[in-house]
Amino acid sequence: MPDKALSSVRVLEYCHLVAGPYCSKLLADLGAEVVKIEQPGVADPARRRGPFLNDMPHPERSGLFLYLNTNKLGVTLNLADQRGKNIFLKLVEAVDILIEDQRPGFWSGLGLGYEQLRQINTRLVMTSITPFGQTGPYRDFKCYPLNLFHAGGEGYLTPGWGGYEPDRPPLRAGRYVGDYESGLSAAVAALGAFYWQQATGQGQHVDVSQQQSLMALNPGEIRYYPNLGAVASRATRTLSFGGILPCKDGYVELSIYEEHQWQALLKLMGEPEWAKQDKFKDRLSRSQNNAELNLLLAEWMKQHTKEELYHSGQALGVPIAPYNNTREVVASSQLSHRAFFVEIEHPETAKTRYPSAPYKFSRTPWRAERPAPLLGQHNEEIYGQRLGFSRQEIARLRQAGVI
Amino acid sequence: MDALAGVRIIDFSWAMAGPYATELLSFMGAEVIRVESMTQLDVTRTQPHPITKLPFDPDQAYYFMDANLNKLGIRLNLSQPRAVALAKKLVEVSDVVVESFRPGVMTRLGLSYEVLREVKPDIVMLSTSAAGASGPESQYAGYAPLFSAVAGLGELTGYPDGAPTEMRMTVDTLNAFANALAILAALNYRRRTGQGQYIDASSEEGVACVIGDSLMDFAMNGRVQSRVGNRDEAMAPHNCYPCLGEDRWVSIAVATDEEWRALCQAMGRPELAEDERFCDAYVRWQNQEELDRLIEEWTRNYTPYEVMHRLQAVGVAAVPSFDGQDMFSDPHLNERQAFQIIEHPVIGSCVVLSPPWQLSATPARITRHAPLLGEHNSYVFGGLLGLSAAEIARLEAEGVLW
Repeated sequence: MPDKALSSVRVLEYCHLVAGPYCSKLLADLGAEVVKIEQPGVADPARRRGPFLNDMPHPERSGLFLYLNTNKLGVTLNLADQRGKNIFLKLVEAVDILIEDQRPGFWSGLGLGYEQLRQINTRLVMTSITPFGQTGPYRDFKCYPLNLFHAGGEGYLTPGWGGYEPDRPPLRAGRYVGDYESGLSAAVAALGAFYWQQATGQGQHVDVSQQQSLMALNPGEIRYYPNLGAVASRATRTLSFGGILPCKDGYVELSIYEEHQWQALLKLMGEPEWAKQDKFKDRLSRSQNNAELNLLLAEWMKQHTKEELYHSGQALGVPIAPYNNTREVVASSQLSHRAFFVEIEHPETAKTRYPSAPYKFSRTPWRAERPAPLLGQHNEEIYGQRLGFSRQEIARLRQAGVI
Repeated sequence: MDALAGVRIIDFSWAMAGPYATELLSFMGAEVIRVESMTQLDVTRTQPHPITKLPFDPDQAYYFMDANLNKLGIRLNLSQPRAVALAKKLVEVSDVVVESFRPGVMTRLGLSYEVLREVKPDIVMLSTSAAGASGPESQYAGYAPLFSAVAGLGELTGYPDGAPTEMRMTVDTLNAFANALAILAALNYRRRTGQGQYIDASSEEGVACVIGDSLMDFAMNGRVQSRVGNRDEAMAPHNCYPCLGEDRWVSIAVATDEEWRALCQAMGRPELAEDERFCDAYVRWQNQEELDRLIEEWTRNYTPYEVMHRLQAVGVAAVPSFDGQDMFSDPHLNERQAFQIIEHPVIGSCVVLSPPWQLSATPARITRHAPLLGEHNSYVFGGLLGLSAAEIARLEAEGVLW
């Protein structure tokens, strides 16, 4: 069996919904052993969010949960119970990284803050992921994924470049994009701290602000104000020409920056007469007459499909691409050539195609080791084999609602 | 102390997805040598001034600062064989190579992974490109607006009755984070096994990963999701509402009846909590357009900050749709020192964003401005490779270090 990049790394997760679970999923997919803790009876709320198989809500059939928890082991544990706390400490003793997303103060309130945990494991990298970080006046503010995206600055700027309509609200991107992105940011910090742990034997506490993680995706426009005295907005994201253009079966994106790309576009369109007018002679004039130009371009595009425009355009060197929907993404020949989608079997959903990862490692390829865990699926394995509890003890802990 | 002390990265990449990845690693202490050439300047060096649109001196370029802080900068004209030989010497003393040429270019330059591992057997090399190094579309032009459209995120973003949305910077930088993660994973593997490896990263796939749940909906149910603006599948209210001032907005999201009652109280409309159109989550969702109108009537009288403070005080999730001025002046971000001032030899004082994470034992930090073109030729070619000052001057004059 080929080795994995992070085999031997042990991770404990106490997270819900998207950002934290995505952070530890990234590590699990790279080979770390991730034990996900869920509260008995409550469980990760992602289990109660769609999409559900056949639209029938069921805690083991949420596509959101299944995607975010591949390759993990799952246990249940009640931290409000003293026996639960003791078990948690035993688990912490044996791990390298703890990923958590509770409100600041939650862990110290339980007597399980970083200062206490480092007493039992000095190598622990505790990674805390919260909307506004562990410090500052907003640290306790309530913040759902919509609020988070707008807290990060990109909401105010979306949609721009041809999408801006005065008096309509700024928008988030996709569904949970801001949460995925900040979970990814946390994984980078956790793994950086783990590298140092391997060098020195020392752990540390990593405080990840999701808001700052999103700001870090667009530093340039955010710092306009102090550096340039201007404020970036949807209105300042002006388009030269091209951009989103309607075509026969949807929309395409046309991103022309160089003269040779414009020439290639003319060739694609069969050298139309209108394009020879002075008002389209160079980048500046095309930009000044962009509204008229875009109408002419759209008129031509509307006679062709996304796929035609994509492949025949790119073959000539035109930077053009389709706005694909999810069906088209799944059908992409590029993605299937690269085996980006993988079939994973799960007891409650049968075989389903999942996105894998955006990087291919030559020595340690991506593998789906296991589907997302059923609630408490690995209690016996972790509490019995790993921590040495007997079957009777495990049964008693279960009856007492500890696990 | 730095988490990545002792890690040296030689960075042949340009634009954002590669350079920003190595900048993130430099925040944690990696030494990054950024390779540039006068024969083809980085696009972030040549973009005009964002406001005046006037051309910049490349050493003053605005966006270059964002992806190249902390780095050492050298000039190396890889079309010259002697430059390629020097690049190999640099790889020999490095741990990581990053590049973002169109797939195949490094091989043509004589700097493929197969060649570089001969020079440095345990090298970690990452190539980042729009669609990855293999497959029928690997040679296609792939700027950020293109690969984010192909990957499905553009289609899922926008007003329900409008067009899809073009994405630029954030989808490149998103991939930079993924690239940084991949490099760290490979470095950890190398520490454990002594083995380097090659990583082929695809920006299109990086974007597809952040719409994973929507892709699962198609895989499980055959459903093609479309644009829903700010709306949620279950929560209502769930939108951005206009506030006092020009183009000012606050995001409000309500998940529970308790939050809903608190919102009604705060708006001075307690009767709405019992209104049969809004009394539970199901009917609120059904009647969300009417709901939005009622909330908007109220938010229009206040600034986004006033709405945030009034609602957060009663446990309702309300956060302004922050603009850059808000953020720079924001008491929370200031307490967290989210911005800092650095000195740049040409620009002078310059405000940049701090690293997004706080590491208790090995603080992530910014120690220097983005390099001027070739600023560290002497340090790198002299100090690291042992070339004399005269040799360096000769190679500069002959267009090798250019």
